Amino acid sequence: MEEFAALVDALVYTRSRNEKLRLIAEYLRATPDPDRGWALAALSDGLDFPAVKSSTIRNLMQERVDPVLWTLSRDFVGDTAETASLLWPAPADPPSPPSVSETVELLSAMTRKSVVTELPRLLDRLDASGRYALLKLATGGMRIGVSSRLAKTAFAQAFDVSVDEVEEYWHGLQPPYAELFDWAAHGKPPPDTENLPTFRPFMLAHPLEDTVVDLADYAAEWKWDGIRVQLVRAGGETRLYSRSGDDISATFPELLDVLPFNAVLDGELLVRGSVQGGEEGGAASFNALQQRLGRKTVSKKMLTEYPAFVRLYDALIVEGDDLRERAWTARRSRLEALMARLPDSHFDISSVVEARDFEHLAQIREGSRDDAIEGLMLKRKDSPYIAGRRVGYWYKWKRDPLLVDCVLMYAQRGSGKRSSFYSDYTFGCWDGDPDQGADLLPVGKAYSGFTDEELKKLDRHVRQNTVNRFGPVRETDRSLVFEVAFDSVHESRRHKSGLAMRFPRIRRIRWDKPPHEADRIEALRLLIRD
Amino acid sequence: MAASFSWIRPEPHGIHIVPADCWVDPSRAVDKALVTHGHADHARGGHDQTVATPETLAIMKLRYATSAGATPVAYGETIRLPGGVDATYVPAGHVLGSAQILLEHAGERVVVTGDYKRRADPTCAPFEVTKCDIFITEATFGLPLFTHPPIEEEMAKLLERLAAHPDRCVLVGAYALGKAQRVIAELRRAGHRDPIYLHGAMEKMCRLYEEHGVDLGELRLVADYSKDDMRGAVVVCPPSALNDRWSRRLPDPITAMASGWMRVRQRARQRNVELPLVISDHADWGELTRTIEEVAAQENWITHGREDALLRWCQLHQRRARALALAGYEDEDD
Ligand SMILES: [Zn+2]
Ligand SMILES: [Zn+2]
Repeated sequence: MEEFAALVDALVYTRSRNEKLRLIAEYLRATPDPDRGWALAALSDGLDFPAVKSSTIRNLMQERVDPVLWTLSRDFVGDTAETASLLWPAPADPPSPPSVSETVELLSAMTRKSVVTELPRLLDRLDASGRYALLKLATGGMRIGVSSRLAKTAFAQAFDVSVDEVEEYWHGLQPPYAELFDWAAHGKPPPDTENLPTFRPFMLAHPLEDTVVDLADYAAEWKWDGIRVQLVRAGGETRLYSRSGDDISATFPELLDVLPFNAVLDGELLVRGSVQGGEEGGAASFNALQQRLGRKTVSKKMLTEYPAFVRLYDALIVEGDDLRERAWTARRSRLEALMARLPDSHFDISSVVEARDFEHLAQIREGSRDDAIEGLMLKRKDSPYIAGRRVGYWYKWKRDPLLVDCVLMYAQRGSGKRSSFYSDYTFGCWDGDPDQGADLLPVGKAYSGFTDEELKKLDRHVRQNTVNRFGPVRETDRSLVFEVAFDSVHESRRHKSGLAMRFPRIRRIRWDKPPHEADRIEALRLLIRD
Repeated sequence: MAASFSWIRPEPHGIHIVPADCWVDPSRAVDKALVTHGHADHARGGHDQTVATPETLAIMKLRYATSAGATPVAYGETIRLPGGVDATYVPAGHVLGSAQILLEHAGERVVVTGDYKRRADPTCAPFEVTKCDIFITEATFGLPLFTHPPIEEEMAKLLERLAAHPDRCVLVGAYALGKAQRVIAELRRAGHRDPIYLHGAMEKMCRLYEEHGVDLGELRLVADYSKDDMRGAVVVCPPSALNDRWSRRLPDPITAMASGWMRVRQRARQRNVELPLVISDHADWGELTRTIEEVAAQENWITHGREDALLRWCQLHQRRARALALAGYEDEDD
């Protein structure tokens, strides 16, 4: 636990992403199994110990410290776990810290009743740093500025494996990820994911910018305004994953028994609607889909009012046949052939847009009026399906207004009716490749474009993910992506990024999008028109 | 009985000694000021008469470039003020020259601590417990979470980090009066013999300490040396220079800060500190409460800091206490 506590402290005091990666990688290399697996779980997805809650800690402290002194201290520090770690009475015996795995074992065994005696016993074995790490680990979210993606990248860096492979295996495994360490650290064969409904990292597109492509080499498809999903069936089970690899199966139960064979399919999740009819069989606007997102349970009413379906883009694996190395054209014909076996109540295929040439395509794009269309995708016909974004394979060509994906960095309270909400947001773009240590630089501020319902959720997000306070401003852990719409962008000395947006507004809150996939400054710079 | 202490009165801008018409640490210019120590929120310029230890007077002269009407009082020395009030200066252990002021009048004893600490400090005389009837104490670190670790531990952390990065330097932000010299002296005590580099704003105060017999070893000015000279070295600067352009001339500095506030992670993060050193020149919670017990006063008056918590402690321990609303005191960067 001492090494883990030292790591947690070092991460708290480190701003540089590269340095964080180095610290975690070093820890993962130096720490034995299964301790490092538990630590990795704590840093990435978090561990859940139902018996230990923030209120448990408060109650324990109230028995040991005068309640007035506790409250004054808690208010000064601003964090329950840290306050408790500092105020915990020094035990008579010298510390005898447990290992991380022993800690996890003890915490898992605690019940609501036994926690009252067992947690103090554990706290007594640690020094202040150890107590902080323990309480952070025990109550879930570490909130020390480490994202799940960063932890996985550090793992990949530690053992010199690819982070995409790590992502692919990750979702089928449980902490402490023994199979993952066996593979990466001990040279054993990779975890068997063939018979598990695991997530495969998505292939992503670059913005087209000023590139002009030859339609002899590229196929065009509509880019639909839903959420990108992956539907996976294996080992008798179907799961639905969001872009970031989150399992959202429970939110869309109607899609779990409609795939009649083993497959990994890539598509856009949409909700049926008649309002924005369109030729493609009626997808409702993104707002309709929003009604369905983020729910843990779904009412019958929701299912009938907003029925979901998947508009398919691609087939990665079909009945054990891994198509990812094959050309897009080959995958496309396989997908077209599959459609007959899929119920059209829940599936259709994203049609290819035919155009004489690039100019004609531009006209078609301008002419599209369907609200469910976000723009066009251009896919090189010979492109394999590769995780991440590769230059020259896929392009996205969004419709106006100008849109970029930014990461929320700071929030400030609004005024008037909104004075109790964090409703003014400063967001940023990456100044390079975030996986190579790039940083976020602020590019703009917005306080409109969301509903009151969304404002409440945003306010909660800000409060729960604050890493720093500067007077009325809170700095968040940079975990939330906004799709920001704006009229134009120009050079400015006001922001460190050297750019300023005109009329930025939040077009959509991308709860589903991982922050490292937000846009870069250079992408925004390309949108400057004078 | 407390009602008879009418000769001493807390006013918004200082503690007034009525029969002598003198003020302790007044926050505005007065005719006659008794000053506990040289920090800016206690020692202000512009008084007609200033009574302080010779060291404090020297510090004030350096800061305000005037020495008109200075009355030096050595530790242990008593001077008679008008109206039959005796003032005795007792070491406070805070910084060079810092004193508690014991005031006696009509058989009643009042101690004003100014700022104080109970830990050993090679740069100043140690705190002396002085029994009294009214104890007027500071409360800068008056929350039970403040326990300053032994300074040896913090020095070991600093030297360990220094040794691990021979190509970089460790830049320590430290208050220019007291903290900086204590950190340097403690580094020397821990066996660090290499030259220590100073931000220009630190130089004069370090020289003043040396003139008063505090050995700080070889000190160099950052401005006189190149980046390469400073690799593997300790550099000391005021806290305000930590994230300043100034630090670009240093070889990839590891940012450290020596302050009691570093006990709280958020405080360290706010300053972008990578290496927090919990070093304070103030009493921690344990020392504040222990001192209240030891001086065994009938009443405790709490001047500046986190007075709510110390008041609560007094209440829980059946000690009479009140908080004074004095203006002009700040949390020192300490
Ligand atoms: Zn002071
Ligand atoms: Zn003070």
